Amino acid sequence: MSEILRVEEVTKTFDRFVAVQGVSLSVEEGTIAAVIGPNGAGKTTLFNLITGILHPNRGRILFQGEEITYLPPHVICQRGIGRTFQIANVFPRLSVFTNVQVAVLAHQRRSLHFTHPAERLAIREAEVALAAVGLLEKAGQVAGTLSHGDQRLLEIAIALGTEPRLLLLDEPTAGMSPEETVATMKLIRRLAQERGLTILFCEHDMEVVFATAYTIMVMHHGRILAQGPPEVVRAHPEVQQAYLGASDA
Amino acid sequence: MVKVRRPATSETLAGRTWPIGFLLILIPALLPAILPIFYTYLLALIFVMGLLAMSLNLVLGYGGIYQFHHAVFYGVGAYAVALSITRAGWPAPVAFLLAPLASGLTGLFIGWFCVRLTRLYFGMLQIALGSLLWVIVLRWYSITGGDNGIHDIPIPSFLRQILPAYYFILAVVVISLLVLYHIVRSPFGVTLQAIRDNAQRCQVVGVNVRLHQLVAITLAATFAGVAGALYVVLERSVFPSMLFWVLSLEVLVMCLLGGWYTFLGPMVGAAIVVTLRTTAGRYTENWTMILGILLILLVFFMPEGVLGFLGKLIARVALPQGRQQEFKRAESAQAEEKVIPGRSSHE
Repeated sequence: MSEILRVEEVTKTFDRFVAVQGVSLSVEEGTIAAVIGPNGAGKTTLFNLITGILHPNRGRILFQGEEITYLPPHVICQRGIGRTFQIANVFPRLSVFTNVQVAVLAHQRRSLHFTHPAERLAIREAEVALAAVGLLEKAGQVAGTLSHGDQRLLEIAIALGTEPRLLLLDEPTAGMSPEETVATMKLIRRLAQERGLTILFCEHDMEVVFATAYTIMVMHHGRILAQGPPEVVRAHPEVQQAYLGASDA
Repeated sequence: MVKVRRPATSETLAGRTWPIGFLLILIPALLPAILPIFYTYLLALIFVMGLLAMSLNLVLGYGGIYQFHHAVFYGVGAYAVALSITRAGWPAPVAFLLAPLASGLTGLFIGWFCVRLTRLYFGMLQIALGSLLWVIVLRWYSITGGDNGIHDIPIPSFLRQILPAYYFILAVVVISLLVLYHIVRSPFGVTLQAIRDNAQRCQVVGVNVRLHQLVAITLAATFAGVAGALYVVLERSVFPSMLFWVLSLEVLVMCLLGGWYTFLGPMVGAAIVVTLRTTAGRYTENWTMILGILLILLVFFMPEGVLGFLGKLIARVALPQGRQQEFKRAESAQAEEKVIPGRSSHE
């Protein structure tokens, strides 16, 4: 298995607050990896750095062996990294279908095309992505009218529309009911399996992570405490003290 | 395969406009036969201002871009015609083709600086750069005629009568609107609306947001230039006030009044403002006060503009019961977005 994502000694500060401090991690192709840590540990900042929404003060980020550290977000997406956001982040006034279609058109480099009406383009691709998350029947609805859980699923469908090699999910189950959480985790496993997709997600719900991820990275105060398979991470003394112990108590 | 149903929003309902559009071509084409000359002139003026407002709405309503100084591109188009005929002595067809080109390039230039900024700062910089152009036009007496403007521009003789001028304007406006409609429905148009809804999400699906905004501004400026050239056909004069920010505000009001989430709304808004100015303006110089009161009422009772309101009304009456629910949910979901388009976070 080859390495698809490599983060080397990345640091990001806001004014004097160090959000991410010398973080290094590596994700193998075809796996499901997770970053865990309490709120404020720097998980979202790390995702923003990988996807180019923020640029680091120090360090390098490599995707498929090529450096992507200072590329703008749209170029990083075109290279093959898709993502979702922690708060549902869809196009509220557009239909569910159009939400995904915009992503497919961008992926096909057709978003600057004028010649054909959009409604006849990228239909099959958008329907496949919607079907993958089970939203095809709601394709005609206005995205802003979907339930919270469905908006989260739509987010995943939008990301799938760009046919990423690596999919970053920022707390995919935040605000979901226990049943929705189980279903979403099942979806994530299925996507990785069926599409050969590499998935990196972050969570603060421990159970969810240990049941799904092959590799776990524990983040705390902007640093990676431990990295490895679930059983290794679980046994790690520093992790137990800083995080697991706290949440068990 | 599940059949994809189009969402029931006021946008798509009012967007299902082609039969209305057809009438909007047919009726104006016949109207001059029964209307007095003055009203034919008034209609032509509405079409010119309507095209200007609709060009603004491409960036404002569809793009969520705070284009605060759109009149500049209108003025540049008008002056491009005026100057190339009177000063350079070029033939009128060349001058008319030059107008959208000059405006488009001005849009590209001003836009290139502005897209680096977000929201309000974008608008401020645009007012600053646009006012710079206005001052040049106002002060450069030897070329632009300064605050006197340029009068009696020798346009081709067949366009000097009101009827041919009217049909010329009608034809150009109709063609422009068809092109605009095509743009709005193209992949570019759909992507532009997605940027309006959520610019950050667009970036991470691989859309170069600034590039799209710049293209939209350039296109909008180009059509504003067409409107500027048409004004010269109608009035045979140009004034510096065509580049003044007050006109930009007026055009913005047209979009709000008519409904900026609808395709034809700005044309309706232009009709209201132009009619009000000519009718109420005959009795009082303070006709803008009436406009002000109208605006206050609008903000409270029809925040989506006249056409947006009508679209909802039609939806409420005409939709089958099952879709009523869906429509109501759509309404409440959009309620928070009514007043400011593209309210969602950007960078």
